[in-house]
Amino acid sequence: MKNSPVETGSFFQRDREWHPRALHPDYKSTVLRSPQRVLISIPNTLSEITGPVFGHNILGPLDNDLIHNFARSGESAIGERLVVHGQVLDERGKPVPHVLIEVWQANAGGRYRHKREGYIAPLDQNFGGCGRCITDDEGRYQFRTIHPGPYPWPNRLNDWRPAHIHFSLFGSGFAQRLITQMYFEGDPLIPLCPIVSTITDKEAVRRLIATYDNENTIPMDARCYRFDIVLRGRRSTLFENKMEGN
Amino acid sequence: MKLKESASQTAGPYVHIGLTPNFSGITGVYSEDLGRKMVNEKTRGERITIAGRVFDGGGAILKDALIEIWQADAAGFYNSPSETRGVADGNFTGWGRCATDMETGVFQFETIKPGPVPFPAGGKQAPHISFWIVARGINLGLNTRMYFAEDGALLESDPVLRRIEHRDRLATIIIAKNDGAYNFDIRLQGVGETIFFDI
Repeated sequence: MKNSPVETGSFFQRDREWHPRALHPDYKSTVLRSPQRVLISIPNTLSEITGPVFGHNILGPLDNDLIHNFARSGESAIGERLVVHGQVLDERGKPVPHVLIEVWQANAGGRYRHKREGYIAPLDQNFGGCGRCITDDEGRYQFRTIHPGPYPWPNRLNDWRPAHIHFSLFGSGFAQRLITQMYFEGDPLIPLCPIVSTITDKEAVRRLIATYDNENTIPMDARCYRFDIVLRGRRSTLFENKMEGN
Repeated sequence: MKLKESASQTAGPYVHIGLTPNFSGITGVYSEDLGRKMVNEKTRGERITIAGRVFDGGGAILKDALIEIWQADAAGFYNSPSETRGVADGNFTGWGRCATDMETGVFQFETIKPGPVPFPAGGKQAPHISFWIVARGINLGLNTRMYFAEDGALLESDPVLRRIEHRDRLATIIIAKNDGAYNFDIRLQGVGETIFFDI
């Protein structure tokens, strides 16, 4: 493994116009779960610029294969087989290595394996719905799964979630901690979804939509989607400041 | 900046599937849920328990939240590559993750009391633990800190706490030990709303 330089700069301020606002009444759960007082802005200290880093030793051989990691021996999950891959960059455009990515999703019928889930679509005995991987030195990641189904949810009378995969990411500092969702190019439910529309900037939404990647399909096996993710970037250290002039 | 950060989306009600699958009943995929155990028998420092619940603006307890904490070791060092002042206690991860109980809404961390850490502009920050809260209905993870009521003088001079204009709100994040544990209840909205930070 290549030695990547230690990141010690403070992070660029988060753009809270670009991110969803806390209160978005069309997504009803936000009404009582959104803080109303102003957030107290504090400069990054060591508590924000440091963060936990995870090694490949935590990963099992099937952690990045949701088709098989819950399946009985010799069996596999039902659904359209997919490879999802991409690159994690920071706001400076630099690849972010060693990022722990944890994903979770519904099965092909749109049903989650969760005791609180009440949708009539059936469970798949061979699908758990979780997976994880760690980015390589170029910030690249990939995992294998099945295309999740869209599903109805209790919000307004007839709201459906577009097909999506949840992503959780760790950067090198705790202030980079991010959870987001990946959508699929061409899904007609995307513009109708009140969770998607918590984000008001159309470009910000577009960036959460994975594109079909025909070149990287695996013939006779799995189609491929590409999803790149950007984490907060850091101010350059003094040394890099001289090099790059920023 | 060349690029914009990917926009956040809510963790949703099924965050446990991805982040604490064993807790949610999905066993056999990962041997254990990450962040469950922060200390071992060799970890240096005073053992503490932090427990609490998360309340919404109507006073209801969240039973589907997930909380992560991040803290320095007993000497004030972070177990992170970005910690360049020295080496943290190898027997302390500094990072914990806990889902709120699906029946009671209680979260609990067994950890150690952190040491003070420096502030960039000089001086020391009082010992504190960084909290990150996600759940259905939270569009972007919320950041707060928990401080320890027994650290009187350090709290008085803490450069982060000094920024808080409404001093009556400090009680939402400065917690006294009670029956051997720190009870840190988090209120998302309304009377007694917890101080949240933009970091």
